[in-house]
Amino acid sequence: MTTTPSPSADGDTVRRAGSSGIGAGRPGFLWAAPAAVFFGLFAIVPLIMVAVLSFASWDGLSDPEFAGLDNWKTLLDDPVMIKSLWLSVLLTVLGVAVQTPLSILLGVWAAGHQRNRAVLSAIYFVPMLLSVAAVSVLWRAVLDPNLGVPAQATWLFGDGNLFGTQATAIGVLVFVSTWQFTPLHTLIYQGAARAVPQVLYQAAQIDGAGTVRQFFHITLPQLRNAIITSMILMVVGGLTTFDTVLILTQGGPGSDTTISAYYMYQKAFKSFDYGAASTIALLLVLVSTVISLIVVRLSGYDRMRSTMEGL
Amino acid sequence: MRKSRPNYFAGFGSLVWLLVVGLPLYVMLVATFQSRSDYAANGPLSLPEHFTLDNYVDDLNSGFAQYFLNTVIVTVCVVGIVVLLVPPLAYTIVRSRGRATTTIFRLFLLGLAIPSQAVIVPMFFVISEAGLYDNLIGVILPTAAFAMPVCALILTGVMRDITPDLYEAMTMDGASSRRVFFQLVLPLSRSGVSTIVVFSALQAWNGFLFPLVLTQSAETKVITLGLYDFQTEHGVNTPGLLAAVVLSMLPILIVYLFARRALVQGLMGVGGK
Repeated sequence: MTTTPSPSADGDTVRRAGSSGIGAGRPGFLWAAPAAVFFGLFAIVPLIMVAVLSFASWDGLSDPEFAGLDNWKTLLDDPVMIKSLWLSVLLTVLGVAVQTPLSILLGVWAAGHQRNRAVLSAIYFVPMLLSVAAVSVLWRAVLDPNLGVPAQATWLFGDGNLFGTQATAIGVLVFVSTWQFTPLHTLIYQGAARAVPQVLYQAAQIDGAGTVRQFFHITLPQLRNAIITSMILMVVGGLTTFDTVLILTQGGPGSDTTISAYYMYQKAFKSFDYGAASTIALLLVLVSTVISLIVVRLSGYDRMRSTMEGL
Repeated sequence: MRKSRPNYFAGFGSLVWLLVVGLPLYVMLVATFQSRSDYAANGPLSLPEHFTLDNYVDDLNSGFAQYFLNTVIVTVCVVGIVVLLVPPLAYTIVRSRGRATTTIFRLFLLGLAIPSQAVIVPMFFVISEAGLYDNLIGVILPTAAFAMPVCALILTGVMRDITPDLYEAMTMDGASSRRVFFQLVLPLSRSGVSTIVVFSALQAWNGFLFPLVLTQSAETKVITLGLYDFQTEHGVNTPGLLAAVVLSMLPILIVYLFARRALVQGLMGVGGK
């Protein structure tokens, strides 16, 4: 896939027609340089530093000391670390499992053309306009054990403290992310569902296939790209959840919702163990890169053809 | 849609979802128009007895106006940087043949997978070393950098759709890449540019981690951080807190009303093919 020729392969014509040497009309590398330098400086360089720091012991004050694999060994023996990884994965998997079917159904439904659908989908969209911080603050208030809804509806919520046990706290986190991010995924599916050729449905109707069969045999297979895209976003988003946990549960009760990203933040900015924090960070990057690569492979994203439109 | 019979199941499901989305929003709005004591006495689900705007006024007087301004500054600058740097980048990715460009594109693809938390530790030291700690510039730079990969992908997608014939016609006339960029590429990818404006604006407006770690004083506080602090400091003042949430959402709502098309289409394009 190196130097993929553009579809029309007009390069030769251009080169011959070009008067000013290196392919007139073909932008040189310099056009991309400012963006590349900027991005390199603020994303790639820190990333390299993270990798280096993960093999060092550093409190931020004295000079970093090379520590070999010490951080890695310590973390592998750290029960909270292992638990945090497991919690990150659990939250991500639960998030994908809840949001995917929900947003597919809503998206396919919203792809219709009736009037009330337009109004409803506009309302569905509102949570997206709130920042993660705002959403977390809102739900913290709504679910407050003393002043919130659970205190009023004890018949439903028992003692009303949803942040008191691990199961309910995780439930709250999954629910709140679902509440916030379903609109985004719904939109993705709505766009994809609109792009499904109508002919397929007409043909299916002639063959006497019902709504349900049409959904499973036409709509779902046609949504393949959308499902993949949306899942990458969910996985990366899930693994990197941070604000939600910081504001809603502070990792509690105990360390029962301390996910890796939050644990890393604690290690760095509460215990000032920057080496350990960098190791967790690197682990996060590795996991999310591997997952993205797998999904990219599966989807044929890297062929950079038509699937590239949009994201 | 394409079905002749109405789908009652789907209709019912969508109404349930409407409740799930709408109820908290209702609780939020209603709470902000009550006094603290009314809210505590009546609970979150009741109608307000004495309508008041005090919560909003108090918030704006207690620093939220400043936080607001800071967020606006950050957002405008981030959008500025993105709009200045990403279109030429996307243009090069789409049109250049060089190995260097391919490498750069791969680098940006990789950037999609880098969570901003992952680099927060070195970022903290880089920004401190540069003397930009507790300075809005220190927030703007990394925020813009992390908005770039998605924007680059969106824009390359759009620019790829410009038919090669058009490029060919222009280059046959001997147009320089600068002319091609300004007279052909930019005008034809206007929709893509507005999508990345909205995208980067959303990202900057919602930024949390960079401001949390890279700023400290009230003068540099952005609104998401203001919300977080408000909650930890005056956790019991729910109406005031929720009023702040509503305030934080207003500008985005306004942007949404004006740029709805760009935003929705940009997002919907993500899953298409």
